[in-house]
Order: sequence, then C-alpha cells, then structure tokens
Amino acid sequence: MVFRSEEMCLVQLFLQSGSEYDCISELGELGLVEFRDLNPSVSSFQRRFASEIKRCDEMERILGYLLREIQKAKIAIPGEDDGPLAPPPRQVLEIMEQLQRLEMELCEVAKNKEKLQRNLRELTEYTHMLKITRTFIHSRSRHEALGPQYEEFPTVETGSVTGCTGMQRLGAKLGFISGLIQRVKVEAFERMLWRVCKGYTILSYTEVDESLADLDTGEIGKSVVFLISFWGDQIRQKVQKICDCYHCHLYPHPENDDERADVLDSLRIRIQDLNNVLHRTEDYLRQVLQKAAESAYSWVVQVKKMKAIYHILNLCSFDVTNKCLIAEVWCPVSDLTNLRGALEEGSRKGDATVPSFVNRIPSSDTPPTLLRTNKFTSGFQSIVEAYGVGDYREVSPAPYTIITFPFLFAVMFGDLGHGTVMSLFALWMVLMEKKQKKKRSGNEIWATFFSGRYIILMMGLFSIYTGLIYNDCFSKSLNIFGSGWSIKPMFANQHWTNKTVQSNSLLTLDPNVSGVFSGPYPFGIDPIWNMAVNRLSFLNSYKMKMSVIIGVIHMSFGVVLSVFNHLHFQQKFSVYLVFLPELLFLLCLFGYLVFMIVYKWLVFSARESSQAPSILIHFINMFVMQGNDITPLYPGQTGLQIFLLVVAMVSVPMLLLGKPLYLHWLYRGGKALRRRRGYERVRRVSEDDGSITSTCDDDEEEGVDGLTIREAPPKQFDFADVLLHQAIHTIEFCLGCISNTASYLRLWALSLAHAQLSEVLWAMVMRLGLRITTKVGVVFLVPVFGLFATLTVSILLVMEGLSAFLHALRLHWVEFQNKFYHGTGVKFLPFDFSHLPSVFEQDGLL
Amino acid sequence: MPSLLFCGPKMAACGMVISIWGVIMLAMLGIFFSAKSAVLIEDVPFTEEDIRNDPNPPQKIYSLYNQVGINCFIAAGIYVVVGAVSLCQVRLNKRQEYMVT
Repeated sequence: MVFRSEEMCLVQLFLQSGSEYDCISELGELGLVEFRDLNPSVSSFQRRFASEIKRCDEMERILGYLLREIQKAKIAIPGEDDGPLAPPPRQVLEIMEQLQRLEMELCEVAKNKEKLQRNLRELTEYTHMLKITRTFIHSRSRHEALGPQYEEFPTVETGSVTGCTGMQRLGAKLGFISGLIQRVKVEAFERMLWRVCKGYTILSYTEVDESLADLDTGEIGKSVVFLISFWGDQIRQKVQKICDCYHCHLYPHPENDDERADVLDSLRIRIQDLNNVLHRTEDYLRQVLQKAAESAYSWVVQVKKMKAIYHILNLCSFDVTNKCLIAEVWCPVSDLTNLRGALEEGSRKGDATVPSFVNRIPSSDTPPTLLRTNKFTSGFQSIVEAYGVGDYREVSPAPYTIITFPFLFAVMFGDLGHGTVMSLFALWMVLMEKKQKKKRSGNEIWATFFSGRYIILMMGLFSIYTGLIYNDCFSKSLNIFGSGWSIKPMFANQHWTNKTVQSNSLLTLDPNVSGVFSGPYPFGIDPIWNMAVNRLSFLNSYKMKMSVIIGVIHMSFGVVLSVFNHLHFQQKFSVYLVFLPELLFLLCLFGYLVFMIVYKWLVFSARESSQAPSILIHFINMFVMQGNDITPLYPGQTGLQIFLLVVAMVSVPMLLLGKPLYLHWLYRGGKALRRRRGYERVRRVSEDDGSITSTCDDDEEEGVDGLTIREAPPKQFDFADVLLHQAIHTIEFCLGCISNTASYLRLWALSLAHAQLSEVLWAMVMRLGLRITTKVGVVFLVPVFGLFATLTVSILLVMEGLSAFLHALRLHWVEFQNKFYHGTGVKFLPFDFSHLPSVFEQDGLL
Repeated sequence: MPSLLFCGPKMAACGMVISIWGVIMLAMLGIFFSAKSAVLIEDVPFTEEDIRNDPNPPQKIYSLYNQVGINCFIAAGIYVVVGAVSLCQVRLNKRQEYMVT
C-alpha cells in the first residue's frame, strides 16, 4: 500500500515491423502499460488491421456455435490454469481451417440427424394410422350391411399417393383416404367435409393415444387418425384439396388385412433400423464434440488474445518510412526496465534484425492514476475508488482505511458472539480462496461477498474487540474479571434492610457507600450493567461522547492529510492560508468540546456527581457568550473560551479571502516585480508562460514531472472565479464541520440499535426455549435454538452488518474524504490479457 | 436399499453449521447455568413463590439453575446427533456428485 499514486511517464515505443505482434503479445502477458489511441479520427473499418480483426470475429462466431453445441450435449470443457500464448500469424490460418472444418462437419451431422428423425416420425404416424384404421374397418364391418361384401371387392391400384381403392367393376367407385390430422383441427375439418361434399363422404376418426411429435417442428401434440370413404372421382379431388388445406398427413391405405399386416411388419423393421442409425449418429456427434471440447478452451483464449493484439496494433501509427510502428503508452517510471526487457524478448521471439526500443517523451497531459495493491489491500482500494479515483499523485486514503473502516464498523456492530461468527465465515472464505477462484461461480452476490473476504475478516476481528469493550455477547455480558460493584455493603450500614428490599421493586446502588464500588472493571464495561434497569442512560451518555471524540479525531486527521497534498503540488501558501484556518476552526470549536468531555470525565467523581455540570450547556454558553451565573468548570474558563471563539471567527475570513487575495497579488503584483528584476526572470517567465506557481522560489526540480500543477494555470487570472470557488469551499467546510460532527453520532445510534435488537431476539426466542421445565419440553430447545441461529444470521449479521457497513462507508466517503481528497482522476488500465473479459464467459458458455 | 439422501448439498451444509454452533453455544450455556451466573437470571423459570416460600434460600433457585443447565446439555447432545446426520448427508452428496460427473 502506498502513500500516493505512482509516478507515470509517457513513452514512445518504436516497434519494428515483423516483430510488433510478438512485442505486443509480450506486453499483454505482463500487463505493464496503457496504450493511447494515435488514430482517433479513423473509423474502425478503415484501420490498418481491420481484415485481421474480421477474421478473428469469424473464428469467434464458429467457436460460439461450437460451445453452444457442446453445452447442449452436456459435455464439460476442461479449463487450464495458465492459458496458451497468442499464436503467431502463421498458426492462425491453421486454427481457422480447423474451426471451419469442424463447423462444416457439425452442420452436416446435425442436418442428417434432422432428416432421420423426420423419417422416424413419419413412419411412426403411418404405423398408428394402420393400427387404428384396422379397428375402423373391423368395427364397421360388423355394423354395415356392405361390410362383408367390402372385403371381396378386388383392388385396382392407381399408384397415387392417396391410394384410393376403386371398385370400378361394380361402378361404385368407393374410395378411401386415410391419414392424420391435428386434434385441434378435427371439428372444423369434419364440418368442412360435410358442407363441401354434401354427405357423399363418411368420416370416421379416433384420437391417437400417445402424443406424437410434429413432423417439422418436433412439438408434442395430440393427433387424430381419420378414414374418409367417398363415392366418385370428383369427390376425391375435393377431399384431397380439403386435406391439403388442413395440413393432414396422408398415407396409403391398404386394401385388405394381409396387405395391412405386411405393411405393418415392414414398417416395424424400418423403424428399428432407423432407431439404430439415429443412435449411431448421436454417438458419432458426441465423439466429435468431445474431441473438440478438449481444445476448445485453448482456442477461445488464443482467439481472444489475437483479437486484443490486433486491436492494439490498430491504435498505433506508422512512421514516415513505413518500416516501424509507433505506439504511445503510459508507463509507471518504476517499470521502465521491465518494459525494455519485454520489448527485447518480443524482438527475439519475432526474429527481428533491429530490436524495438523505447523513448520517453515529456507530456503536459495528466497521467492516469496507478496504485499497486495485493489481494489483501485490493478490497479496501476498491471501496475508496467507488467514491472516485484519486487525482494523479494525490494522497491516497486507502492505507488508513484498512484500519479505520473496520474500526468504525465495529463501533456500530460491537458484539462478541456476532463478531466471532463473522470472522469464522470470513476465515473460511480466505482459506478456501484457491478453490473458489477456479470455480468461477455465476452468482453475483456470492462473488461480491467473496471479493470482500479480507474486509469482512477485519470487520469481524475488530467487532470481537469492541464486543469485549461493550461486554456484549449475544446480548449477555461476560464476567471475566469479577464485577467492581458489590451489593452486600449496602446492607452493612443499615442503608438497606429486609423491609426495604421487600417493599421496593427497584433500588439504587449508591457508589458513595464504602465497599459498593471497588474500582472500574479492568477491560470494558462492568457486567453488572447488563442487569441494571438504567443501563441505557449510562451507555447512551458514554457512547455519544465516544462518537464525538472519534469523529473529531477522524476529521482532524483528514485535514492534516491535506497538508501533504498542498506541499506536493507546490502550493505552500495553501498551508498557511487554507490548512491553518481550517485546522484552527475545527480544533478551537470541536477540539475544545472534546477537551471538556475528557475534563469532566477526569475531574468529577461519584462524590461530586450531583454537582457535575452539563457540557452541552457550557458549550452553548460559549457561543452566546453568556453564562457568568453558572459555576465555571475550571478557573479562567470564560477568558479561554472567548479567546478560542475569536480565533475561530478570525479563521473564517482568512479561509475565505486569504488564497484569492494572495493569488491576485502574485499575478498582478508579482508580474510587476518580475519586470523589474531583470533578464533572468524574464527568460524564466517566457519559458513557463502563464504558469503562476513555477515562479515560486521554492520550486523543486523534479524533472519533467515536477511541473504537474493541480489547477490549470489560467492565462487570464480570474479573480472572481477563484473567489467564488474559495467561498464555496469555506461555507462547505465551516457548516460541514458542525454537521459532520453530528453525523458521527450515528456510531452511537447504530450500536444502540444493534444491542437492542440482539436483546429482543434473545428475550423473545431463546428465553422461550430455556424456560421450559417439563420433561418432554427439553426437546423444544433444539428447534428454538435453530430458529435463534437462523434469525441471528439473517437479521443481526446480514441486515445489521450491511447497514453498519454502509454507514461506516458513508462516514469515510463524506466526513473524512471531503477534508482532503478530490477523487477526480482517471484509473490506469493496463493492457493485460487477464483483465479482458471473455464474451463466452459472460454468456455462461465456458 | 433406498437412497439415504434426503437433502441437497446446501441444506446439509447449513445443518452442519447450525449443529456445530449449537453444540458449542449450548454446551457453554449449560456450563454457565451450572455455574449459577447472575446475568442469566431472567432465563431461569422461577416464580414469586419460589423466592418467598423457600425454606432454605436460595437452594430452590439453584436447583432450577441446574435443571436448565442439564436441559442445555441434553439439547447439545441432540445437536451432536443432528451434526452426525448432516455429516453423513454431506458425504453422500459428495459421493453422488462424484459419480455423476
């Protein structure tokens, strides 16, 4: 964790054509630098490497199709820990070819499978139709007079698909059309037939028992087998047209039972064969997919890296001789040697004759902000950055947040038992982190909790500490050292008798009686307060004062940190004109309040407790400058208070007007001074035109980066603008001091809420289980405890934990950081393969 | 033999966590009740007559304390059994997961 962000420099990379691909691949693996776009006006279609990127897109499309097929077949894709490197351009064609071949094969196999399945469905329908029309015929033959005669009629094959059987010998031309129709259409079909054919047709139909899959779409639905018998050729045409209209599937109708049996047999055999072939096709498909799945992961990674490299190459520009590529990158100064090493490595891999080299160039742009973190500090850095990324080389609040954030959380959460459960949970996550990192779970909430595991661990450990201080463990106090209060001495001197005890429901222990109070509890709050009725009055006073003290210390710390910013950005005058008034205002008013609180704690004891003054009254009297009628806390109080008040009042106009007037004098008066001072001054002025702060005598030479100036030097110094800005800052700071100090009282409020919730949960849930006295009722304690545990976790740990987290975060972001932090910077995003998201992972395909 | 698995992996893990917590917390509560801790007075089921009509104070209250303490220990014992059952479920779930993949 570092004090401020790293120093960055703008670097030009000269990459020899031929080895530029390998150099950028090497840089991508290391993730050192951030590339700038040198061709912002060129559209993405006109860029140099657009065709290569198109090729990568095509490969990604094929890979997407492949992964979807693999996922449908439920084959697992083995991932590797370190992905393969980006392939050189000559290998790209090989991969492309492989992928295209795979795609073609898969398409063919899928198409064949479709055809076979359609065939199977047709045959199944035909079988059903034959079986069902058999029952029609046989049932009809029992009822109709024509029945037995029907069987003797010889058949005349027309050879058409509809297979109508004519009885031309008798001239009766009885024809049959049979097939299947969807269940929903059957009534309309029947009605249409009747209307069109005017009764010259007989339709019989039965529903098929099992639901069949539709031929084309594969949807499961009910079908109906029908058999139409009709007279005449014209009727046949009409019936055929109607059947077409209703999308019926017509099948040839056999003339007699023997033929029907034959057809059924052959159908059965064909269906069996088809099933076999289908199974074999599916097996083959699965084999192909499995083989592809083995290399799928490495292909995805390779294509991703390739596409990234070409994208970066598009950002570079070609130099005049067209022999090498120029790239502009932001690089941390400390990483320059690594950068040179990476380029050498890349040149070696690319077999370049001339190595690529770097050239550092000066820049007036503000570089991006880089703060290096490890797995422990990255959580805290991210919660600071959620408010805003720091300006370049600004003091970072993150190192202090590692301690203050868990501490403020713990002040609001303070419970020993809950803290222990939270720490154990976080410890489990920390110990399991290697396994969890590989799992890549999709659940976002779990991912959030997991990435904050170190924060939760710290919060839990600090909560254990504050739980010991508040002496609160699942709302019960622990008596580790022996209470400092004793009841027996109250009976010794006849203060209390048996009669007093019997006639009063509440009695007050008097610490002034000797022996009752033997001294404060060594660590934390005395456990006897857990049984006292006036527990809250004692704790409230204590917690409120503690919150104000913590708040004032936190805010003063924030103000002090602003000094480092002023000094670094060469605004030494700000230390005297901004920091000093701010600190004086804060300390004279609220620092004095803290002093009074501590003074009252130290000076007044149990003996004088009835005359102890109210701090609040004294504080208010300080402002209205009255209160000569109440006894002072200490001699000389009025004088000191008037002095502090005057200092605070004076620092407000100093804060408001000091900086604008000084800058105004510097710009106008200083310029006149420059003209009079002679040649050297003029030369320096002409070099640094318009930059005000560089004329300060205590200019540190930091090289090229030394001239990073916080406020862009205006050519025209706008007094009104600066004055307005400073006025807003003054009002914000002064009013903010009061409101922010009051805001810290939330530390008291939330810890009170947590303690009360915890007590209510114990009283309403756990006590029920413990007060059972019946023999069988013992078992009741088991589910009661389960309920208690569940409610503790869900209400007290999750809900209260999130609430305290949020409030601690707000205290940091608003009350602490607005004293010194600007947070308007840009984050350094290095070109790193591991940071690039994979499209497939987002879709859940990998 | 029908499968002994009756809850999924998450439920079994929850069962384990609550059982471990239950064993530790109920055992400690049992110890504190047996030690007649004053902080736990509200949880002991005493009535007014227990205090007034006690021939030998405060033995009635102490015996009630002991009773609650024993209740807690029994409950802790039951949670040991629940924990063992959850452990079995966790193992069975792991085995099933291993066999499917």
